[in-house]
Amino acid sequence: MSTPDLLVQDRPAALRRLLARPELGSLIAAVAVFVVFAVVAEPFLRVSSLGTVLYAASTIGIMAVPVSLLMIGGEFDLSAGVVVTTAALTSSMVSYQFTAVTWVGVLVSLVTTLAIGWFNGWMLGRTKLPSFIVTLGTFLMLTGANLGVTKAISGTVSTKSIADMQGFESCRWLFASEVTIGGLTVKATVWWWLGLLAIGSWVLLRTRFGNWIFAVGGDADAARAVGVPVARTKTVLYLGVGFGAWVLGQHLLFSFDTVQSGEGSGNELIYIVAAVIGGCLITGGYGSVAGSALGALIFGMASKGIIYAQWNPDWFKFFLGAMLLLAALLNAYVKRRAERGPR
Amino acid sequence: MSTTRFRPSRRFWPVCAVLAIAVTAAGCSSTGGRRAEEARAKAAATGGSAVTTPRWKVAMVTHAGAGDAFWDTVRKGAEQAAAKDNITFLYSNDAQTQNQVQLVQAAIDQKVDGLLVTLAKGDAMADVLGKAKAAGIPVITINSGEEYSAKFGALTHIGQDETTAGQAAGQEMAARGRKNVLCVIHEQGNVGQEQRCSGAQSRAGAGFQVMYVNGVNMPDARAAISAKLQSDPSIDTVLTLSGPMAATGLQAVQDAHSGIELDTFDLGPQVVAGLKSGSVGFAVDQQPYLQGYQGVDLIWLYKYNLNMLGGGKPVSTGPQILTKDNADALAEYVARGTR
Repeated sequence: MSTPDLLVQDRPAALRRLLARPELGSLIAAVAVFVVFAVVAEPFLRVSSLGTVLYAASTIGIMAVPVSLLMIGGEFDLSAGVVVTTAALTSSMVSYQFTAVTWVGVLVSLVTTLAIGWFNGWMLGRTKLPSFIVTLGTFLMLTGANLGVTKAISGTVSTKSIADMQGFESCRWLFASEVTIGGLTVKATVWWWLGLLAIGSWVLLRTRFGNWIFAVGGDADAARAVGVPVARTKTVLYLGVGFGAWVLGQHLLFSFDTVQSGEGSGNELIYIVAAVIGGCLITGGYGSVAGSALGALIFGMASKGIIYAQWNPDWFKFFLGAMLLLAALLNAYVKRRAERGPR
Repeated sequence: MSTTRFRPSRRFWPVCAVLAIAVTAAGCSSTGGRRAEEARAKAAATGGSAVTTPRWKVAMVTHAGAGDAFWDTVRKGAEQAAAKDNITFLYSNDAQTQNQVQLVQAAIDQKVDGLLVTLAKGDAMADVLGKAKAAGIPVITINSGEEYSAKFGALTHIGQDETTAGQAAGQEMAARGRKNVLCVIHEQGNVGQEQRCSGAQSRAGAGFQVMYVNGVNMPDARAAISAKLQSDPSIDTVLTLSGPMAATGLQAVQDAHSGIELDTFDLGPQVVAGLKSGSVGFAVDQQPYLQGYQGVDLIWLYKYNLNMLGGGKPVSTGPQILTKDNADALAEYVARGTR
């Protein structure tokens, strides 16, 4: 022990390790939200409600995984919300217009979202502009393109139904099916979420690439000096966001058959909220993937809990904002305490 | 230089107090404000329930964005009917399809006794309404989605067919001899708005143009409309598609300084004032209050007596054409938020 700090030394090592975890704040918040709604909302504890809450959390969580990785890497993606809609629109229109098996649309959509992610990363590396500006640009462009292209091709603002096309059923099975386990209805998005969560956590904590993510987010210049390919790391992180958007976009398409072109915008901030509640620092270099899952879960519990509790949903956004502030404060506090202790 | 400290005389504080009272008294507005609103609320009939049925629970899930005056009126109607019918009324809304679907699912989880849903997103609601049906919850669709309603197993639909409403507006404009109409769409990509404009175009029998403005940025919308009016002096009629947009349209017409008539869909305080003063020619109303009120009331009738208005055929709440003749009566109802 190099720093003599009586306060910290007094604590057992296990507790100290726990306090240093980025997820701690969100774990406390998640438990608190759960307890509140379990007490005030009778339907909240029903198994069927749990399925609804998990589903709501998964539709945020699928994107919160790559978005939190990106934030640990020190960057934003404001286009993350509309890319989801782009993914769904691309898949639907490609399949419909070419009368192709729906898998063709699904694959074209994957290529498209990865290309958008690559574009964001490439622009960032090339121009050295802040990612806030670069992705704000792609966000606006995609919002316009979603509407413009859809209208030009289908004549209306939503896509035509592809429910009767070949391959729809198998795609639906992959992206939008549901299984009932002991009364609990689990949608496909929940499996995708858990899968992405496991992969994201493993990459971040157990691989060299994970170390690179922390390095480029903590101090890009220092990382470059020790040989970390900074631009390439960030581009891969943007590709990850593209992949997440593809998964969620396919889910939207195959569970609802048609896609509205104007949707998705605004959700990028929800993903960032989930990541921040989960302990990601907005300046990068610190955070966790598991925390983003807790953030998404808090979001799912809060958004549906308010309905189950029969509260006035007009206040939902207020509640969410207060949660965000509290989580950020708690994280800052915990981090300060942890940094005071020995490393 | 010496500074003299302000030393209040003995009379200072009493004078202050008298002044404060005087200002407070004189400062009371004899018109408008909260007091007037409370008086109106009292005047609007409320009262307890008039029935002896058990306390049923009815949920309404709409595609409305937050803080929309139109949906507030729908809600008021539903709450009024709920009070009368001894019903617990639950309201929730989300403009995004997947979130609205989740809200409907949450209502089903709560085991509500009846469900009112808007189908602005059509196909997307098929699955979840199937679940409502499987759970034995009676569903009535309101406002939008008439074409899907029966297909998804709803008991009936209460709303206005937007194409019909557009045609009614077109006919009225033709009757009024309007020559060149500018239809202002304020939500790019809203199917209902497109239908209103194209319906009006089909019956207007005049020059007809459509322009798109950004409805969530009113100064921008106003500037866009007045720029259009200035650049094309042959336009003699502006057709807006909502109450708030009509107010913006009126400002734009004033900017343009020309004898342009504004006609609109839906109502609002400014629209009624405009009808009264003559700056608004007519308004096509779909009676949002009725959509909420009838929705709840029809659920009650169905559960109480298995009744269904129109035998399950869509029930129209509009188009109702309102002109200067109705303005006086409407003013009061708009002010209390039920029109």
